[in-house]
Amino acid sequence: MEERRINVVVNGEPKSVDVEPRLLLVHFLREVLGLTGTHIGCDTTNCGVCTVLFDGLPVKSCTMFAVMADGHEVTTVEGLGLPSELHPIQEGFREEHGLQCGFCTPGMMMASKALLDENPNPTEEDIRWALAGNLCRCTGYQNIVKSVLWAAEKLRSEAAMSR
Amino acid sequence: MYPSRFHYEAPRTLDEALDLLQAYGDEAKVLAGGQSLIPLIKLRFAAPAAIIDINNISGLDYHEEDSDGSLYVGALCRHRTLERSPLLRSKHPTMSATAPLISDPMVRSRGTLVGSLCHADPQGDWASVMLALGGEIIARSTGGERVIPVSQFVVGPFQNALQPGEIAVRARVPAPRGTRSGTYLKLERRVGDFATVGLAVALETSGGTINRAGLALTGVGPSNIQCTAAEQALAGKTLNASTIDQAARLAAEAAQPKTDVRGSAEFKRHVVYTFVTRALSNPQARAA
Ligand SMILES: Cc1cc2nc3c(=O)[nH]c(=O)nc-3n(C[C@H](O)[C@H](O)[C@H](O)COP(=O)(O)OP(=O)(O)OC[C@H]3O[C@@H](n4cnc5c(N)ncnc54)[C@H](O)[C@@H]3O)c2cc1C
Ligand code: FES
Ligand code: FES
Repeated sequence: MEERRINVVVNGEPKSVDVEPRLLLVHFLREVLGLTGTHIGCDTTNCGVCTVLFDGLPVKSCTMFAVMADGHEVTTVEGLGLPSELHPIQEGFREEHGLQCGFCTPGMMMASKALLDENPNPTEEDIRWALAGNLCRCTGYQNIVKSVLWAAEKLRSEAAMSR
Repeated sequence: MYPSRFHYEAPRTLDEALDLLQAYGDEAKVLAGGQSLIPLIKLRFAAPAAIIDINNISGLDYHEEDSDGSLYVGALCRHRTLERSPLLRSKHPTMSATAPLISDPMVRSRGTLVGSLCHADPQGDWASVMLALGGEIIARSTGGERVIPVSQFVVGPFQNALQPGEIAVRARVPAPRGTRSGTYLKLERRVGDFATVGLAVALETSGGTINRAGLALTGVGPSNIQCTAAEQALAGKTLNASTIDQAARLAAEAAQPKTDVRGSAEFKRHVVYTFVTRALSNPQARAA
């Protein structure tokens, strides 16, 4: 079986692992590294629950091979915050009831992270565009949008305080 | 599903990639953004013996204008970059209107314009845009480069004109004769979906007179359709209610829609008529 050594920084930690080329990035994260926060919801690249940041940009980790991450940085929901120290995006989803079953939530939050990194002051419309590739079967999206607005405001006030 | 096994190659230079492609012949698939190829491999609709990943080759992720005003889009230029491009916003309204309508932000982070042309999905948006703009693909093999007009590059559903051993290295949009204007209109069942109907309009005008008109359709035929009769009817004319109506009727006649989950053939043909009327009438869409 052909394997390749990949060097990839996951949530800030360098990893050096031998993988089969056909291993999908999402399977690498979940099964090899045990980072099961990144979910799998479809076979067709449609649902966005597998969204992670790849060199800071949102990608569907089910639609990349792990070998393609060699030399790159990946951030998963585990890299966003800790249970004891939630990221403002995670706090926002809690405060505004941005989840019900929670299945879509990791992908929603990573897509939101990518948005807020680029645009700290998004409109509701900006948020809806940024989350267009993330499906939720429970919430009706309304509270997800509110959660991201909440997080944006919190992040802006944190940034203002540290200035 | 898990993809079947394949050899993986990650060349660092184009020459290396071309040698590998030559060696593997038609056993190999080029991997660019992977947003069409990987879904096919996951469903095992495609099972290439070898994958040549071109993402590690530097110098392919660009889009730029040369001194004569032609636009070049490199093989690794992502939809995302085009969506945010000030150059497209100021000078390429049709392309600038298209980029944000391709799928969703995650697909746009990875997928490429050139890969989309190579994939030749009849539902692909970029092929219509390139047809309307008179675009070309530059293909390279170990033997050198050749230029293929997009009208001859997309030869059928999921079929392009590349020979084994060739990589599409860039797309070219020729400089306009006069001022460029245009837009891309897309009817989707929901955001991020493939087009129910897509229309690319690209005009080149001098003082209100149309030097060149490009019109092409997505989603209403076995491939993207260039509306040659409508284009010819507009060339040399100015836009007014009667030229617009004539172009819209000719474009609707050129469509070959089929009834499917996205709508009836009759409905889609009507949308083509409405879109052409709307695109040609909207002064916003015609702003330079
Ligand atoms: C959920 C979803 C929705 C989508 N919606 C749309 C949509 O609305 N409109 C739309 O236009 N597209 C849509 N797409 C497709 C997307 O635009 C792809 O990015 C594009 O079709 C292929 O580009 P890629 O770079 O990802 O190519 P890849 O997937 O890497 O390759 C596609 C094919 O082209 C070949 N190829 C790629 N690059 C080259 C090259 N340089 N030289 C030779 N051969 C090459 C590959 O071998 C392969 O056969 C969607 C995709 C998904 C997953
Ligand atoms: S698992 Fe559905 S898009 Fe990745
Ligand atoms: S909270 Fe259940 S899918 Fe979104």
